[in-house]
Amino acid sequence: MPELIAKSALDGKSLTLGGVTLAEATVGPIHSVAVFPGGAKSTAKGLKSLGLAMPAPNSFVEKDGVRLVWTGRDQAFLVGVMPPDLDGAAITDQSDGWTVLSLAGGAAVDVLARLVPLDLRPAAFPVGQVRRSQVNHMNAVILRTAEAAFEIMVFRSMARTAWHEMESTLQMVAARAGKKI
Amino acid sequence: MRLTCPLCGERDRREFYYYGAEDYLHRPAEGASLAEWDNYLHLRDNPAGMTKDLWYHEAGCSQWLLVTRNTVTHAIAGVELVAERKTEQKAGRAK
Repeated sequence: MPELIAKSALDGKSLTLGGVTLAEATVGPIHSVAVFPGGAKSTAKGLKSLGLAMPAPNSFVEKDGVRLVWTGRDQAFLVGVMPPDLDGAAITDQSDGWTVLSLAGGAAVDVLARLVPLDLRPAAFPVGQVRRSQVNHMNAVILRTAEAAFEIMVFRSMARTAWHEMESTLQMVAARAGKKI
Repeated sequence: MRLTCPLCGERDRREFYYYGAEDYLHRPAEGASLAEWDNYLHLRDNPAGMTKDLWYHEAGCSQWLLVTRNTVTHAIAGVELVAERKTEQKAGRAK
């Protein structure tokens, strides 16, 4: 079998405008863990080897750079590691299906606020939480990793559209602040 | 208009898709009369007041929701997951 080289959707692009940095993030493998009815116990057992437990709705848990991100009822994405043996859940490889953008720095919240219909104030969307929502009309999974840092997962097929939307928003926010682009 | 999804919290209308009356949850049992099927498929109430209908949280957690709302005041009285609903299920529903 020939050695195939995995290519990311955006070639690791990055852009800094007005103190906010938009970049494609490399997160490693992504697997969906969908718990079968009655499979909660054995899933928890399998996840123990990673030191993780199924996260509560709207939140993610993290250990040693590995994340388990809530994505729906009885479903989470395991990010950053190949999944362990799990009896109680359906595991599907999602790695090639997603592009992850990181948005960080001062006015990151103002940039995101123009694109998503969510309350982004820290009280409503604290660090360590995740939201499934939309970036304009693209479905997205949005993680808050720090007060002014987000990771936005979009379908890989939407990668360039998402980049374009975010780039123009970055320009508008920088222009509004009177910063030279 | 905003709906409070039991999983995701309060969200904007644009994240949801409207399906129709909750009657769709009460599928007639096998061997039901034609009249029952006619009622299930076509006959809908048009209440001025409280009504129950199905919404899909397509831009969020992908769950079907059972929304109780008032068509006169537009007040939302309750939102629950169809998958975990406690509302009494009408007799005659296929299982």
